[in-house]
Amino acid sequence: METRATRIGLRIATVLVIAFLWIPLLIIMLYAFNSSSIQSWPISSYTFHWFRDAWHDGDVRSALWLSARVGLLATGIALVLGSAAAFAIHRFRFFGRESVSFLLLLPLALPGIITGMALNSAYVFAGVSFSIWTIVTGHATFCVVVVYNNVLARLRRTSPSLIEASMDLGADGWQTFRFVVWPVLSTALIAGGLLAFALSFDEVIVTTFTAGAQTTLPIFILDKIQRGQQLPIVNAVVFVVILATVVPVIISQRLTHESGLLRRR
Amino acid sequence: MAVESRAETERQHPVSPVAADVRLDRVTKNFDDVTAVDDVSLEIERGSFFALLGPSGCGKTTTLRMIGGFEEPNAGTIYLGEEPVTGKPPYKRDVNTVFQSYALFPHLSIFENVGFGLRRRGVRGADVRGRVTEILRLVGLSGMEKRKPRQLSGGQQQRVALARALVNRPRVLLLDEPLGALDLKLRKQMQLEMKAIQHDIGITFVHVTHDQEEAMTMADRIAIMNGGRIEQLGTPGELYEHPQTAFVAGFLGISNLLPGTVSAMDAVRLDDGTTVKVPQEALRGRSGRVAVGVRPEKIRLGHGEENRLSGHLLETAYVGVATQYVLDTRAGNISVYVQNSEPGAQQAVTGEISWSPDSTFVVDSMEGAEAE
Repeated sequence: METRATRIGLRIATVLVIAFLWIPLLIIMLYAFNSSSIQSWPISSYTFHWFRDAWHDGDVRSALWLSARVGLLATGIALVLGSAAAFAIHRFRFFGRESVSFLLLLPLALPGIITGMALNSAYVFAGVSFSIWTIVTGHATFCVVVVYNNVLARLRRTSPSLIEASMDLGADGWQTFRFVVWPVLSTALIAGGLLAFALSFDEVIVTTFTAGAQTTLPIFILDKIQRGQQLPIVNAVVFVVILATVVPVIISQRLTHESGLLRRR
Repeated sequence: MAVESRAETERQHPVSPVAADVRLDRVTKNFDDVTAVDDVSLEIERGSFFALLGPSGCGKTTTLRMIGGFEEPNAGTIYLGEEPVTGKPPYKRDVNTVFQSYALFPHLSIFENVGFGLRRRGVRGADVRGRVTEILRLVGLSGMEKRKPRQLSGGQQQRVALARALVNRPRVLLLDEPLGALDLKLRKQMQLEMKAIQHDIGITFVHVTHDQEEAMTMADRIAIMNGGRIEQLGTPGELYEHPQTAFVAGFLGISNLLPGTVSAMDAVRLDDGTTVKVPQEALRGRSGRVAVGVRPEKIRLGHGEENRLSGHLLETAYVGVATQYVLDTRAGNISVYVQNSEPGAQQAVTGEISWSPDSTFVVDSMEGAEAE
């Protein structure tokens, strides 16, 4: 039983950790509204000016557009391959099943720099010129895992008799897919897809090795910060990126929690 | 040994007095090189509560799944009523199943779970509402319509599974170990409730279980399966009082089995030299080596009855309603149950026991007696 003192202590520690995680983000977000182009505290006056500048900046636009396309493509590939792999691993017992599962999971654990280096030398060796597809392929390596994990976990939590029960109650194959399989899996697919998109959208390391001369949004930001240029615009962009990343993650969390697929313990 | 066919032809089988709802004609099912169901023929009367009972791996669940359409037999034909259904998918068979895991749809409310089958058959609107409400009342779940399956207890989920199947008024309801996940007390309660529900609505129930007590409590007729075949088929009373194989005697309750040799039309000489009288019909023309069986509660302490043995007391165990005595006789160890009908009355055990020839049964050999 915890005492009153430990309870208070734990509460303070929790608050401190959360503050440590969030205060820098909030400050960056506040700076996006700073009317001065020099970052100094306290902020004297606020403006939406930098958002307008960022919106009209051609470099920002093309970087954002590239990141969005890469994210969508990588997510699409991940949804197809990840769920196919999860179905195969879940449904069938075959030779090398464990190894396939391990090989799929590895890219998530592997440091991005290694994945990036390896892909880079492979592209160079094969004579593939850098394009949006080299970035998409690089991102897909870890996006597939996210979808695969989500779908596999859902399949494992789902009673295998559900499909039989549906057919037993008079539903043919198509009706069973529409009324049982899809509703049961859809939230896992959406959650996995959103997570995959969020991962791809802010990826830097693998991207630097696979992008060549192309600039995705995170690379654009990194570049500007390194040179100390256009910091207010970067702040405005970061503000948008934080929202674009946080919102899908929150949605995906809610989906996996509220879908009602957690079986009673 | 084709005990089942012998039982069918020699005993109660006047050619289908009531129409059969389910008929299996020489059905065999192999999985790779394992024969799960081996040339089984079976008729299940309309409106009866029928149990397939046996240890795990005896083929009872495979038999049920073949009736439901989830497995196809390698040989033989399955009829629902007069109609052969072999080869038809589950959704074209007029049967519904209560699954062991319940298999409730997690994303649908209780109402939509129960209404699922009705909607698939094109029942709409107020008809669905009326029938779902009625069946939920029957299983005691009124007011739960809006909940999700995960918000119900195990026992409630079980009732939803039952309601979801029954609401379609199928010709036959299949139950695959439906009470297996419940605790003992709830299981006992549900056994009686399900029997009452079956009695009320009159749909044929086919129930798979490995629990002999459950089968005895609920079923009108039981098929005891072993190794993919039906060992014996009959009412709970017939199976208990007149088991025809050592397996049945051992699987259903406790039996004392004593090896011996047939010595007359109505007598068996046990291996220790004692001759015991048996009903003539129990021998059924057997000769040579057999085993004589008697239930522990049919034996009396002392010399009251015609068949007698003596030995010395090995153990006494007080089990509440009865006291169990284990005696070591020269014919083998024998368990005796004596009802504790009077408080504190411990019987003096002299080592003499006796039982009536009418309570004696005969099985072919000792094989299978160790089952369970």
